[in-house]
Amino acid sequence: MTAQEIFDVLKAKFGDALPEEKLSAAGGSAAAGFSLQVWITIAPGRTKEICSFLRDDSEMQFDTLSCLSGVDYNNGTFGVVYHLSSMVQKHKIVLKAFCTKEHPHIQSVSSVWGTANWHEREVFDLFGVIIDEHPDLRRILLPDDWEGNPLRKDYKVQEFYHGMKVPY
Amino acid sequence: MIQPPTLPTNYTVKPGQIKTSTGKTIRTEEMIINMGPQHPSTHGVLRLEIVVDGEIIVDCIPHIGYLHRCFEKHCEQMTNYQQVIPYADRMDYCSAMTNEWAFALAAERLLKIEVPERVEYIRVIMAELQRIASHLIAVGTYGIDSGAFTPFLYTFIDREKILDLFEMTCGARLLYNYIWIGGLSHDLPPKFIEQTKEFVAYFRPRVKMLNDLLSYNEIFVKRTANVGVLPREVAINYAVSGPQLRGSGVNWDLRRDDPFVIDHKLDWQPQVGKGEVGTVGDCWDRHIVRMREMEQSLNMIEQALAGLPEGNVKAAIPKRIRPEKDAEIYVRTEASRGELGYYIISDGTASPFRVKARGPAFVNLSVLPEIVRGGLIADLVLTAGSIDIVLGEVDR
Repeated sequence: MTAQEIFDVLKAKFGDALPEEKLSAAGGSAAAGFSLQVWITIAPGRTKEICSFLRDDSEMQFDTLSCLSGVDYNNGTFGVVYHLSSMVQKHKIVLKAFCTKEHPHIQSVSSVWGTANWHEREVFDLFGVIIDEHPDLRRILLPDDWEGNPLRKDYKVQEFYHGMKVPY
Repeated sequence: MIQPPTLPTNYTVKPGQIKTSTGKTIRTEEMIINMGPQHPSTHGVLRLEIVVDGEIIVDCIPHIGYLHRCFEKHCEQMTNYQQVIPYADRMDYCSAMTNEWAFALAAERLLKIEVPERVEYIRVIMAELQRIASHLIAVGTYGIDSGAFTPFLYTFIDREKILDLFEMTCGARLLYNYIWIGGLSHDLPPKFIEQTKEFVAYFRPRVKMLNDLLSYNEIFVKRTANVGVLPREVAINYAVSGPQLRGSGVNWDLRRDDPFVIDHKLDWQPQVGKGEVGTVGDCWDRHIVRMREMEQSLNMIEQALAGLPEGNVKAAIPKRIRPEKDAEIYVRTEASRGELGYYIISDGTASPFRVKARGPAFVNLSVLPEIVRGGLIADLVLTAGSIDIVLGEVDR
């Protein structure tokens, strides 16, 4: 299925869980061969239900979550980007869920794809986005007592960590 | 959602109780054991927190991050896309060629550059040589994990020969900085083709020898068959990739199913685990998939060498690489350990706005608790070894 067809099915089924009226595209070009630059925006509180549908529906069958990345857009918005692909249907789609810096909450999809567990912990660790309903929300790459979230654009590194000077 | 694997029938001790010779049942308690961060079988600084009941693993919690060196943050601080390539090298230091290739490919797609055909052929030759070198480490160290020291020495003799070829090409033996955005740092040296052909002819019988020495060795088979079984559904749900996915019987290889270069024009077959000596998806299957992939890589190298066109090795790219504003791309490639993807967002300046590296080892390791739960401690070393992790890539 093409991205447009997937969008139409989702819009018909979930309605207001898709804030945008149409497919979003980056860089003004959605030319063939660059299809991964097209994405569907979904509501941050309803990711689980949309992703379960995408995984289980017989026409979608998105059995693999290729990549899950957090992004700080440097305008007060955080995003989580889901790159899905299907081994059976051989199609791909990109989903994005946005949240504000004041209320950084996004629903977990780790009950849908097991691989999301560690990726979401990474988003929590490096961006400070709180993943609701995550089974094991701890820091993953950094020590538990590290201050701040390094991949935020306004991150300031701490002076000392356990008496050791940090900035070099 | 996912059930832990059931205990094989030959395990006499069930969790929670031990029967003595007089027929009494003794209550047992759980204990927490740390394996690592400095442990020879963890292949780097990985700490596994294991909850055990006697010899049986109740739960396993990997702790990673000991080697975290802010790859993604570094990328955002670069003044040029080209500067990221040496950092990408250092992610998976056993398979640096495939890493830099993946990043170069992502940047080229972002810039919409076509590279000359000769470049694509040379990249395939380098990546497949690198795959063999990387699998040789995996196979050799896996022999050590299972108690066989000799194969390790043989695999390192062969790996040296590949490193010699790389050294001849770009001067470096481990971290190359050879594949650049828009091409290569320089062309192949004069004797490269001849010596690579010699290597291919030399290495074919060596694969058979390694199989006789290790893969079909009775002790090795008994040690790895039916151990650490990763079922197909769990593998797909956890987005496991590379030899580990194919070992679980999933016929999926990005070189064929989502081709990124000329790989699909060459004649080769993805190798899939069939459960020949045990269950599909056990440690032996993952091992044999690597052995067979090395032979397929040799086929690809031979064909790529035969079809190598003449031409330039650098595409015409702007001196300052500036992709258009808000352009973004996710490119996935089949590295030695599986799906290596880069997600790049550009903000129109000369440095990337965001780079996310989706490393195969990171994802492949996340499934470890699911595999080892309910198994024996002694099998944990073998299961963790069969995943073939490189901590440089797990921690980035």
